[in-house]
Amino acid sequence: MSIWAYIFSVLQAAIPAGTPLLYGTLGEVTAERSGVVNLGVEGMMIMGAVTAFGVAQATGNAFLAIAAAALVGGLLALIHAFASITLRVNQVVSGLALTMLGQGISGMMGKRFIGMPPRVQLKPVPIPGLSDLPVLGPLLFQHDLLVYIGLLMVPVLWFLFYRTRWGINLRSVGESPATADAMGVNVFQVRYLAVFFGGLMAGIGGAYLSIVYAPAWIEGMTAGIGWIVIALTIFAMWDPVRGLLGAYLFGSVRVLQYRLQGLGISPPLLNMLPFILTILVLMFSAGEAMRKRLGAPAALMQPYTREER
Amino acid sequence: MNSLPRIRLEKRLDTPRWLGVATPVFSVLAALLVIAVIFGLLGVNPLVAYARIFTGAFGSLYGLSETVTKAIPLMLAGAGLAVAFRARVYNIGAEGQLLIGAVCATGVALFVPGVPDGLRLPAMFVAGALGGALWAMVPAVLKARLRIDEVLTSLMTVYIASELVNYLVYGPWKGLYESGFPYSDKFPPAAQIPRIGITRIHYPTLILALLAAVLAYFLVRRTRWGFEIRVTGENPEAARYAGMNYLRTAMLVMALSGALAGIAGVGEVAGIHYRLRYPQGISPGYGFTAIIVAWLARLNPLGVILTALLIGGLLVGGDAIQLAMGLPSATVYLFNGMILLFVLGGDLFTRYQIRIELPGRAVATPVRLEREEVG
Repeated sequence: MSIWAYIFSVLQAAIPAGTPLLYGTLGEVTAERSGVVNLGVEGMMIMGAVTAFGVAQATGNAFLAIAAAALVGGLLALIHAFASITLRVNQVVSGLALTMLGQGISGMMGKRFIGMPPRVQLKPVPIPGLSDLPVLGPLLFQHDLLVYIGLLMVPVLWFLFYRTRWGINLRSVGESPATADAMGVNVFQVRYLAVFFGGLMAGIGGAYLSIVYAPAWIEGMTAGIGWIVIALTIFAMWDPVRGLLGAYLFGSVRVLQYRLQGLGISPPLLNMLPFILTILVLMFSAGEAMRKRLGAPAALMQPYTREER
Repeated sequence: MNSLPRIRLEKRLDTPRWLGVATPVFSVLAALLVIAVIFGLLGVNPLVAYARIFTGAFGSLYGLSETVTKAIPLMLAGAGLAVAFRARVYNIGAEGQLLIGAVCATGVALFVPGVPDGLRLPAMFVAGALGGALWAMVPAVLKARLRIDEVLTSLMTVYIASELVNYLVYGPWKGLYESGFPYSDKFPPAAQIPRIGITRIHYPTLILALLAAVLAYFLVRRTRWGFEIRVTGENPEAARYAGMNYLRTAMLVMALSGALAGIAGVGEVAGIHYRLRYPQGISPGYGFTAIIVAWLARLNPLGVILTALLIGGLLVGGDAIQLAMGLPSATVYLFNGMILLFVLGGDLFTRYQIRIELPGRAVATPVRLEREEVG
């Protein structure tokens, strides 16, 4: 195989591998744009994964499974929203608690699913016409439906963020809630919705793992993906397009991880790769943010209240 | 105004002492109630489960000794985290620092020749503390140099440490006499921490843990440096104006919490297992559970002694119901997460007064307005 063909095959596999990360990142980017950090992504994802697998086993319907996973992710996110927006507790610790909760409940719910053969699996759907394009066709247009929807979400979110009233409200709530409030934006409503949306997306990301990417239930199967999502959100500078790049970059690493294992490199050392890369990516983002004076939404992690200043 | 009832929080001027004790207790009880409901929904009888947890942890001498045994690493890591969180430095990587402590201890126990028997254990404790502190320096330096948030980087170092342990026990340190298992060789007797009788309480580590909690308390309460930690955590702006160096404080509390977690790791391999094992075999998440231990103690290192015993009991009871009722090991995380969530929410009662405003009623009295201004 030529080197180009090899790179091509890695990239082709990287897109589905990066899809759970893409969903999670787009959701977290939205939540953080409103000023709320949700460190519960790992917990919401694993709950999405177990829910999707369970519903798929019970109904045989993949779409029902995905919808249920999204809903469960969203509901968990609402716990964090209530804690951090209404009760104004420490967002870091509340998110951590959510992750632990998700790991615990999914472990208990999923016990009966361990070792079960999956009843449904989302099959690739080549897009007629586009899938026959040279290079781009097999790279982008011969995947399953969730890959396409994830890809499509990127321009849609970009448009929403930067070209609509709704996006202006979202960003202003994340930058200066007091100003937004004075302008008549309902800060609490916007934040609740943004965090809820983040949960929906994390749930779908989890569903992708358990019924599409590696159809099965394995306890703790998210294995840190939710934490990489948090790092990718920073790497993305809270921008959906850069989120896409980051997600597929980590997708490639995941693919390489499996390929290099075939060459006889110790699996534990390869398993370190995504986490070392995450630290490197954070270092890169920090350097870039300093140079370009970019940064997080100004009101990130700051609860808002009308009464105190 | 909205047609829904609104929840309003008002800052308290001062917290009554009894509230500081009552809220954690009620938070835990409330969490247990909600967990009971979840158990019920998942088809587990909560009454049977709770009865077994309690008798498992506190109902026999064996249970009690196991509770103390599990409280040791929680106390060590929890005391360090209480200090770090006080300064608002979120070291989430205690689990990794604990594992690195275990690795360093194993290195000294098995691969450093020529250490006199009497010095072997002290050398292991020093190596573990240093290893844990150095491992914590990764997120600390990244924070100090590049302003990278320590939450993520400290967490990433947990995954890396865990894979490092895997690498060692499946690879270069795999025991010659441990056919098939991902274990290192057994430590020589001079590298084993003595225990109390037939229990697994490795008492020298327990003494270290109690000392750590007491010293951490005095550090925070009675020293200049502790004063800086408290001011930095409570009011970073004021700390900056007073010329306190936030990043130095952050580095120091990271090193301290890393060292204590590292010592906890030494205790696990040299006091319990006598060998390095796969990561979950060394610690079922003590470093993460210590976060709850610290928070439940309201970040008071002395309180950590008590909460470590309580949560240690929960872990022992959790093991008991896993065996008896066929529950997965992840059940412990359900307890962890729910308790943390409720303790966090309960904290609110100590800092704020909560009022629920019904729609259509104006409730601003002058007295309350005054309070808000002060807060």
